[in-house]
Amino acid sequence: MDLANLIDVATAEQMRQKPLRVNCCTSTGCRAARSLEVMQNLEAAVEAEGLTDRVEVVGVGCMGFCGLGPLVQVEPSATLYDESHRSTALVEDLFYEGVKPAEATSIIGALNGGVTTALKGDLQHPFFARQKKVVREYSGRIDPERIEEYIAVGGYRALYKALFEMTPEEVVAEITKSGLRGRGGGGYPTGLKWATVAKMPAGQKYVICNGDEGDPGAFMDRSVLESDPHLILEGMAIAGYAVGANHGFIYVRAEYPLAIQRLQKAIQQAKKYGLLGTQIFDSHWDFKIDIRIGAGAFVCGEETALIQSVEGGRGNPRPRPPYPAQSGLWQCPTLINNVETFGNITPIVRNGSDWYAGIGTEKSKGTKIFALTGKIRNNGLIEVPMGITLREIVEEMGGGVPDGTVKAVQTGGPSGGCIPATLLDTPVAYDSLVEIGSMMGSGGMVVMDESTSMVEVAHFYMEFCREESCGKCIPCRAGTVQLHELLTRFLKKQATKADLEKLESLCQMVKETSLCGLGMSAPNPVLSTLRYFHEEYEALLQAPIYAVPAYAVPD
Amino acid sequence: MSVKTLEIDGKAIAIEEGATILQAAKENGISIPTLCHLDGVSDVGACRLCLVEMEGSNKLLPACVTEVAEGMILHTKTPKLQNYQRMTVELLFAEGNHVCAVCVANGNCELQDMAITVGMDHSRFPYRFPDRPVDVSHEQFGIDHNRCILCTRCVRVCDEIEGAHVWDIAQRGEHCFIVSGLHQPWGEVDACTSCGKCVDACPTGAIFRKGSTTGEKERDRAKLEFLVTAREKRQWTR
Repeated sequence: MDLANLIDVATAEQMRQKPLRVNCCTSTGCRAARSLEVMQNLEAAVEAEGLTDRVEVVGVGCMGFCGLGPLVQVEPSATLYDESHRSTALVEDLFYEGVKPAEATSIIGALNGGVTTALKGDLQHPFFARQKKVVREYSGRIDPERIEEYIAVGGYRALYKALFEMTPEEVVAEITKSGLRGRGGGGYPTGLKWATVAKMPAGQKYVICNGDEGDPGAFMDRSVLESDPHLILEGMAIAGYAVGANHGFIYVRAEYPLAIQRLQKAIQQAKKYGLLGTQIFDSHWDFKIDIRIGAGAFVCGEETALIQSVEGGRGNPRPRPPYPAQSGLWQCPTLINNVETFGNITPIVRNGSDWYAGIGTEKSKGTKIFALTGKIRNNGLIEVPMGITLREIVEEMGGGVPDGTVKAVQTGGPSGGCIPATLLDTPVAYDSLVEIGSMMGSGGMVVMDESTSMVEVAHFYMEFCREESCGKCIPCRAGTVQLHELLTRFLKKQATKADLEKLESLCQMVKETSLCGLGMSAPNPVLSTLRYFHEEYEALLQAPIYAVPAYAVPD
Repeated sequence: MSVKTLEIDGKAIAIEEGATILQAAKENGISIPTLCHLDGVSDVGACRLCLVEMEGSNKLLPACVTEVAEGMILHTKTPKLQNYQRMTVELLFAEGNHVCAVCVANGNCELQDMAITVGMDHSRFPYRFPDRPVDVSHEQFGIDHNRCILCTRCVRVCDEIEGAHVWDIAQRGEHCFIVSGLHQPWGEVDACTSCGKCVDACPTGAIFRKGSTTGEKERDRAKLEFLVTAREKRQWTR
């Protein structure tokens, strides 16, 4: 495979595609709402209506509006390759929400001048209109199980560009210049990480993609892996070239069977085309990718634990330094990034770092995908530019709380905090969220309304951390148990003022003395609710057993 | 070999590159409490008792696994650290079933010593009283999980020195326990060479030699008779 072949594949695919694409979401969320049946009915209807020569039903990845699946979108195929065709397209984009299998026939019928009862969605709604899609640009628009569709929209061109038009140093410099920061939660500058691994002495090095997404309510990585697996493979290959690694691992949790299946398929297809494996693009450079499946431990999202798990050991974190960049997988220098981080690599290499650095704020560049869930009208995945305020996300895009008002927004999952409604004007960026006691996290965003008890929320997350602690260090193993029990006392209204003090001091201790990020951040939901909703804790203190006697002040 | 100079608790120290903070402190007579550290096996940084404060950093550093660096200014006995050490020991006592009065290691226990070192005389956290088993299936030794603090010293001596890897950790979080073989009774684990290194490594009375526990104490009643005869009849015979 060389560049001419790649372009041939792309052209052949573009010629093959029919003018109209009926995209039906086949990701996990919509599948659960019977989208596969919808798709079958759509295909049958195309046959029945005699539209096979100009209409094609495509099983695509996630379109984002997961709360109202299954989603079906009619899109002229020309707009996939050139947005300017949108104005001259045969039909306007038709978008249907909550499609029932029975309604599929009429959706196709509508293309022939009929009427459909299917619920029509509004793509101009802020939920869609306010998004800025970089990682998810082709999510929900191409078939994730066919590499040709990915190649047709420009796939693997960035890898070619990196391999033949750039030196590894230039690739690292490009990523550094883009200002990209780790999307797994910590926000460590990606370029710096790459440069560290690249500067280690030549020899065996590894690239790992962390797809062990475990935060309750977060499903960004799953959606990216299910919707555009080649984007991640290409990003990893570029990373391998940049840091001098020839072997990559994708660590995906076992709870994501569809993502694993699609990744396996994608790897096979890419190998067949000579885009992965040995002699990529007929060069002397090899890069292979293997999948490792997690076994159900939240802590394996922590990088040192993940490495142990890939090695086949018990997924326990170990103290850092040495950082994986110096000594990681089998003691070799290892680059480990999150799925979404790798998802940003291809667009950066393709469009240049200046383009990327133009999105977002001064210290947080680019976009971030959030899984917007909880007490909110529009549930789903959104990709927004950094710097957008929480209010815009929650109230405009999310449509606010149905019959009620926002009380708090929880970001960062069990490691993050609850942001009260009064701080909704905070811009979404790494530093601004840390300042108010929460964190960007991997992208979970749970909206809570007035009926939510914040102590219960803290209790829930502490129970999660208690169950997910690996048990290696004492503060996390025993501290989360005691914190959880203390919070239970509050919920039972048995807590005393002394318990409140104990809660605060133990939170501080677990935060400062734990071995890894799980323990260090486990008290965050408690600390942030203590900070902003202290009165709720006080209201749950037990009533005094005796009335406090009024002492007379002695003369 | 290059040398690094640093300061621990106000004392200027020079030590070879690659040494840990713990080694540097020990060499200079500065005591840092440890439980999971054992000379001769690898360090895991799990007990968090050896955390020290470094000026210019808001992170606490585990002394056992942190290498010395030029110009470090370290404090090992700040009120904050002492408070955390005490809480750690309290958490340990509350987590297991540590009853000194009936323990084989009473008076010779690193956990007991640690409680005294950090000034812990009671736990502010309620005792959990977990339901934990005792395994005395081995011919010579026994393991009482009630007294285990999960320091993993036994796991490391068995794996790194004896090379048998009889021990490992099973489950996670509060449910963790030291598992023998493939979750078999210790006596049925073929890999065990009965070397007894785990007994010697164990900081508490969790792993012990049989015949030395309080429950298995053998009484020499004849001795009493001997003493009475000796006193009353002046006859020193048994």
